[in-house]
Amino acid sequence: MENTATAGNKGKRVRSDCHVTIRLTNAGGIDIELTSKVKFMFGADIMRRIHEVLDFFEIENAHVVMEDSGALPFVMAARLEAAVKKLVTSEKSFLTEYLEANRYETTKDRDRFSRLYLPGNTPSLMINAGLHHPDGLILDLEDAVAFDKKHEARFLVRNALRSLNLYGAEKMVRINQIPAGLEDLDFIVPHGVNLILVPKCESAEQITAVNRRIAELQKLHNLNAPVWLMPIIESALGVIKAYEIASSAENIVAMAIGLEDYTADLGVRRTNEATESFFARSMVVNACKAARIQAIDSVFSDIADMEALRQNVLTSKSLGFDGMGCIHPRQIRVIHENFAPDKAEIDRAKKIVNAFMDATEKGLGVVSLGTKMIDAPVVKRAQKVINLAISLQLISADWRNEFLAPAAE
Amino acid sequence: MKKYDKLVTNAAGRVVPTFFNGKEHTPYLGVGKYKPTGRKYAPPIATCANYPADGDKRVPSIKDALVRAGIRDGMTISSHHHFRNGDLIAMQVFDAAHELGIKDLVWFPSASFPCQERMIQYLEDGTVQRIEGSMNGPLGKFTSEGGMRGMSVLRSHGGRYQAVQDGDVHIDIAIIAAPTADPFGNATGDRGPAACGLLGFALADSQYADRVIVVTDNIVPFPCIPWQIHGNYVDFVVEVDKVGLPERIVSGTTEITKSPDRLLIAEMTAQFCDEAGIVRDGFSYQAGAGGTALSIGIYFEQMLRERKMKARFIRAGSNKYPVKMLEDGLVDYILDGQTFDLEGVRSMRENPGHVNTSPFTSYNYHGKGNFASMVDVVVLGATEIDVDFNANVVTHSDGYLLHGIGGWQNCLFSKCTILPVPLFRDRMPVIVDRVTTLCGPGELIDVIVTERGIAINPLRQDLIEKLKNSKLPIKTIQELKEEAEQICGRPEKPQLSDELVSVIKWVDGTVLDAVRKVIV
Repeated sequence: MENTATAGNKGKRVRSDCHVTIRLTNAGGIDIELTSKVKFMFGADIMRRIHEVLDFFEIENAHVVMEDSGALPFVMAARLEAAVKKLVTSEKSFLTEYLEANRYETTKDRDRFSRLYLPGNTPSLMINAGLHHPDGLILDLEDAVAFDKKHEARFLVRNALRSLNLYGAEKMVRINQIPAGLEDLDFIVPHGVNLILVPKCESAEQITAVNRRIAELQKLHNLNAPVWLMPIIESALGVIKAYEIASSAENIVAMAIGLEDYTADLGVRRTNEATESFFARSMVVNACKAARIQAIDSVFSDIADMEALRQNVLTSKSLGFDGMGCIHPRQIRVIHENFAPDKAEIDRAKKIVNAFMDATEKGLGVVSLGTKMIDAPVVKRAQKVINLAISLQLISADWRNEFLAPAAE
Repeated sequence: MKKYDKLVTNAAGRVVPTFFNGKEHTPYLGVGKYKPTGRKYAPPIATCANYPADGDKRVPSIKDALVRAGIRDGMTISSHHHFRNGDLIAMQVFDAAHELGIKDLVWFPSASFPCQERMIQYLEDGTVQRIEGSMNGPLGKFTSEGGMRGMSVLRSHGGRYQAVQDGDVHIDIAIIAAPTADPFGNATGDRGPAACGLLGFALADSQYADRVIVVTDNIVPFPCIPWQIHGNYVDFVVEVDKVGLPERIVSGTTEITKSPDRLLIAEMTAQFCDEAGIVRDGFSYQAGAGGTALSIGIYFEQMLRERKMKARFIRAGSNKYPVKMLEDGLVDYILDGQTFDLEGVRSMRENPGHVNTSPFTSYNYHGKGNFASMVDVVVLGATEIDVDFNANVVTHSDGYLLHGIGGWQNCLFSKCTILPVPLFRDRMPVIVDRVTTLCGPGELIDVIVTERGIAINPLRQDLIEKLKNSKLPIKTIQELKEEAEQICGRPEKPQLSDELVSVIKWVDGTVLDAVRKVIV
């Protein structure tokens, strides 16, 4: 092994991150050079933290250069550990506090309108991401992380899952393409990930491999929280195999399409009109509906054009998609508002749910609206529309009183 | 003579000197507690007999004008900052003074900018003894590290007018760089190659200085209309090639923020104002220049447009956004203190509803009222806020001076003062136990809006009551501080020297706080 290792980022534009260089020495104890914009506030704390991590990994002699741009403690710990683990082999992990606020599970059928991609090695973009309330936050270990940063990003993503308040968003991680991505699982499965995105998926075997490793980790760490999967279809072959993949495991809750790679695979240009991917999108939607899972559309990459995004969302919704990815927090609201049920949908849902509540109140086993009988799944879907409309503040929580009011007059 | 002396603990609990720069000063007594007596300062009486009857006061150069104005050691020379970072004149004045071998001058700008960084060499060689104004960037670093021989003094825009009017600061020579002027000295900022909109910050200088020099690169035959500065106050007019760099004059932050986090804070602030009942037909607000403040203005605009309502006036810092509102009929008047872009300049020139104001009308605390206290809501920045709602706007948390006070202190008197700030910057908590430097007393600061929660000053039970059923994350300021510390860790206080380098004046001229030298 080398005797010098680095981790992290530095430079004028880097914020909320740090860059550490550790050089193992033979004698002289731990010698630290610290530069930090927050030295006057946290200098002593940073020194303590460096000693703590090196102690933990039983490093007694080293020269450490810490160049800090205001890294939060969980970030600094990740950078230190990433550098240490390039120098020594250790089974141990230096784990930062697992916040109570991050201890939550998600359900299979929860809303997944928006999922915000966060580059897995850029702390400054992660810190406030949950405040924008996307349905899901994706810590991305794949395309958003440069090859030589893959190692350190895993520690950062692990620590973020534990120690960065994600404010109730579904905790998602996009791992690397299988088989490389299997190693990523060790860093996320024991640390509260809710959903794993499996990129460039082309076969059911890839899903099986992921689930096998998840099961091993769950057993090893005695975990019982569900870990959901969302395969991403990004190639012509993946599209052809869409149903096989979608139906390959019980814990697949959604499947997404990634159009950048797909159009590249086809050898065509990706356009805003997206006629070139119409077939693929329809295939994915159809496969998802057949497998009874959610269909998730690709990201829309022009972050300045909200009107084009809106049109894109409306098209997605009309094709049958249940949500889409986003790459900027400003896109979240547009996505939510336009995936949200429109007035006609809400009015119909009100009638159905009201009829159901009427029937329940009267002790009737059968729900009917006019002369039509209503099946349970229809009621369930209507209730979902109502719940959604309430959470988006489109209708008030006591909508039923208002709904019944005209009749009472 | 000692640089400063007679330390006392003032009404805000801050240890401040009451003697510095050769004069006694009153310590801060509390908001509205200091009652001035006596009469205003007045400049010497002049006579037309000493001025050319044809009204042509032109002299060949700045240096020549300074000599004719009787420049000598120890004088106070003032300038205004309407050209912001594009100012070319202030440095030329001190270059000329330096060439004349003058020492110990006091520079009294309404604000300083990075383009005047070279002033450090004159502070070092003795040409300039101290600055009373604002110390930003490199000048702030120089001052904080103890480089200035005299005691630097920071005042608000209103406090500057008050100090001149009351005679606390006697201006020997005022330099008024003007985008357009006539040979008599009438001057305007609303036209010319270096158009900056208005010249309000130079009003006190023109009225009270012993000698007034107007410098322009766009001379027009008498009369220069409008005459924002009256030629009747002016001693000399100097024509130069260029007074300022237009692209840097209108370089204030004039775009709404693209930062999603700041947009979130802006949106929360606007929603707070709405729920508090502030946004209504006929309301008024102060539009700031920062990206967050601009974005709040955009949210106000949307609300007014949707509800078919109209604001009565916007106090500005104007740029294209308030101008559009004025032109779309969403506001009756812009009462403008400085224009930040060319749209603002154009509007001020063309639109009678776009009115130029001065620190006298807007901010002066020793007057018969001012506009600041009539504004319904104002949003301001801060570097630190403490659990008593006290705020700091001049020093960084490490103790270094980095901003001037500007109109900030004066604006605190509005009916609702809101500070939208991030809860922490990188790893630095913004809400702390005690601010490093006190610039604004907490009793005047009503609401703190952060991305993680909103704190309402307990003195504002009316606002607490109005927001009690709000879905906004209303928290106590103590809760916000603790949340910041959970994320960042509990910060240590910076170690600062006991030596004082600068004083912070309150709007009434009393000494609110002192800035300590940093330990390098």
